[in-house]
Amino acid sequence: MRSLLLAGTALLTLASGAAQAQVSNDVVRIGVLNDRSGIYADLAGEGSAIAARMAAEEFGGKVAGAPIEIVVADHQNKADIAASKAREWVDTGNVDVIADVPNSAAALAVQGITKEKKRIFLMSGPGATALTGAQCSPYGFHWTYDNYAMAAGTGRALFEQGKKSWYFVTADYAFGQSLEEETTKMVNKLGGKVVGTVRHPLGSSDFSSFLLQAQASKADVIGFANAGGDATNAVKQAAEFGITQSGQSLAGLLLFITDVHALGLSAAQGLMFTEGFYWNLDDQTRDWSKKFEAKAGKKPTMVQAGVYSAVKHYLKAVEAAKTDDSDKVAAKMRELPVEDMFAKKGKVAANGRMFHDMYLVRVKKPGESKGPWDYYDVVKTIPAETAFLDPALSGCPLVK
Amino acid sequence: MFDLLGVPPQALFGQLLLGLINGSFYALLSLGLAVIFGMLNVINFAHGALYMVGAFVAWLLLNYLGLGYWWALFLAPTAVGLIGVVLEKTMLSRLYKLDHLYGLLLTFGLALIFEGAFRHFYGVSGQPYPIPDLLKGGQNLGFMFLPNYRGWVVVSSLIVCFGTWFAIERTRLGAYLRAATENPVLVQAFGINVPVMVSATYAFGVALAGLAGVLAAPIYQVSPLMGSNLIIIVFAVVVIGGMGSILGAILTGLGLGLMEGLTKVFYPEASNIVVFVVMAIVLLIKPAGLFGRER
Repeated sequence: MRSLLLAGTALLTLASGAAQAQVSNDVVRIGVLNDRSGIYADLAGEGSAIAARMAAEEFGGKVAGAPIEIVVADHQNKADIAASKAREWVDTGNVDVIADVPNSAAALAVQGITKEKKRIFLMSGPGATALTGAQCSPYGFHWTYDNYAMAAGTGRALFEQGKKSWYFVTADYAFGQSLEEETTKMVNKLGGKVVGTVRHPLGSSDFSSFLLQAQASKADVIGFANAGGDATNAVKQAAEFGITQSGQSLAGLLLFITDVHALGLSAAQGLMFTEGFYWNLDDQTRDWSKKFEAKAGKKPTMVQAGVYSAVKHYLKAVEAAKTDDSDKVAAKMRELPVEDMFAKKGKVAANGRMFHDMYLVRVKKPGESKGPWDYYDVVKTIPAETAFLDPALSGCPLVK
Repeated sequence: MFDLLGVPPQALFGQLLLGLINGSFYALLSLGLAVIFGMLNVINFAHGALYMVGAFVAWLLLNYLGLGYWWALFLAPTAVGLIGVVLEKTMLSRLYKLDHLYGLLLTFGLALIFEGAFRHFYGVSGQPYPIPDLLKGGQNLGFMFLPNYRGWVVVSSLIVCFGTWFAIERTRLGAYLRAATENPVLVQAFGINVPVMVSATYAFGVALAGLAGVLAAPIYQVSPLMGSNLIIIVFAVVVIGGMGSILGAILTGLGLGLMEGLTKVFYPEASNIVVFVVMAIVLLIKPAGLFGRER
C-alpha cells in the first residue's frame, strides 16, 4: 500500500513537472515595448502596460500553471533602441512575447528579430501594412488597425460624399509614406485623383507653410498622413487658416481619441476618420473602459484596448496549447476565434492580420457632447471583411 | 505671370510671410538667450523649458483662474521671470566662477526636470488654448489668407525685440549692464549693485521666453515637448548670429525663418536641417558668428 502511494506521488510529481516544463523558465513574460515619453506616449505608453496587466489579471495572474509577468520599456521612437531592447529581452530576459510597439519603423525592426528568434509579437501600435505583407512573420500578429484600414475607411467615406481629389500632408518616414501610399491606391481605385503631396519632417511644430501649399492645390480633401502631435498641430492650424471654411475637407488618416481630447472639440469638430475602437460602443466596452479609466485616469485609445485584446488572446492560446512554445501558440492563435470586448467574432488570418470590425466616426460639435470623452458619432460600422486588405493580395509569403 | 522654379509668385509671397512669422518666434527666443549669454556668460539650456512653462502658465491661468490671454500676456512672463530669479539666486550664481560648461549642465538638468514634471502631470498630447476673441479671423491679402493672430505675433515680437535692443545698446541702464559684463568689480566700486542687476538680467531673459510661450500657446498645442522642439533651432540661430550679439540674434532669427520658409516650398523634407547647414557653413567661414566679435 505504502509503495503504491509512493509510486502515485512520484507519478503525480512527474506529471505536474511535465506540465510545468511546457512553459519556458516557468514564467510567461510579456514585454510591452512602446513610446513612454515622446509623441505617442499618451496613445500607447503606460496605458498599454495597464491594459496588458488587466488582461493578465483576468487570468488570475497565471496561465498553464505558470505566473504571468509584465515588463515594460521605452523605445523612444527609435528603431535601433527598439531592436536592441527586443534582442536583450529575448536573449537574456526570457521574454516570451513582445506587445504594442507603436511607430512602424520600430515595429519593422522588432518583427525582424522576433521572426528570427521565434517569439510571438503582438502589434497594436504600428500601422505599416508591410507588417502583414512582404515583412510578415509566422509569429507576428497585427491587431488593432493598419494603414490600409485607415486609408480605405476614410477614403471610401469621403469619396461617397463626392470628394474626389486629394492633397497629402505626409510625415516623412516609413509610417507616413505607407499611409499616403495606401490612401493613394484607394483613391485611384475608386476613380479619384491625388493632385499633390508635401512631406514634412517628423515632429514639425509649424504646418502653416504646408497648409498653404495644400490650400493652393484646390483639392477637395487635405489628407493628413501623420499622427500624434503632428496631426493635432496640423488640424489646429488648419482651423486657424480658415481652410475648412473655404470648402476643403480635412481628413485625419490616423487620429486617436487622445488627439481629439488634446485638440478640444471646437478645433476638431466635423473631422471624419476611421477608428478601431470607441469606449462608448456597447455595455462591454463601457464597462472595460470604466475599469481602465480608474487606473489610467483617461479613456483608452484603440491601441491600448488592442493591447488588452491581443494579450488576452495570446494567454487563451497558451492555456489551450498548454505551453508557451511559439509555434504551437501561434497555431492556436490562428485557430481560436477572437472574442472579447474589443473584437467580436474576430479572426486571425494566415498573414497575421486580425480581422475585426472598424468604425467610421465623426467628431461631435461642442454643443452635442455631454461631457469629457463624449467625442464621437459612429457614422457606420465597417465590417471586418471590407475593413482590411484581403490576405491573398497582401504579398505575404505565408498566404498560400 | 511668371513662375519661379514652378512656384507661382503668390505662393512665394505667402511662404515668405509665414517664414517671417516663424522667424519672429526664433528672434524672440534667441534674443533672450543672447541677452543671458552676453551679460552672464551662461548658456541657458533651460530656455526652451521656460518657454514651455510660459505657455503652461497661460493655460493654467485660463483653466483655473479664468484669466484670459491678455492677462496671461503680462502674468506669464512675470511668473517665468520670478522662477528665473529663484534659479539664478539659488543655483546659477554659484557657478559664475567656473567654466561655462557647468552652467550649461545645470540648466540642461533643469530643463529635463521641468519637462519631466509637466509631462507627468499633463501628458504629451498637449492642451488646447483658444485664440483670443479680439484676434480671431483673418485678412485675405490676395496672395494668402493671413490669420489676424499671426499678424499680431509678428508685430508684437518685433516691437519687443527692437525695444530690448534699444534698452541694452542705447540707454544708461544698458551701458551699466554692458560695463558690468566687462568688469564687474569696477562697476560695483561705482556704487552699482551688480548681483541684483545680474539677477534682473537673467529674469528678463527668461521672461522673454515666457512671453514667446504665451504668444505660441494659441498656435501650437500647449505641450511639455514644445520647448525641446524649438530650442535646438534657437541655439543654432544664436550661434549663427554670434553668441551674445543682441542685434545678431534678432536679424538672424528673422533671416533663418525666411530661409526655412523657402525650404518648405522647394524641398520640404530638408526644412528641419536647413538651419544647421547654414550653421555649419557660418562656423567654417566666420567662427564667431555673423555679428559676433572674436574674443
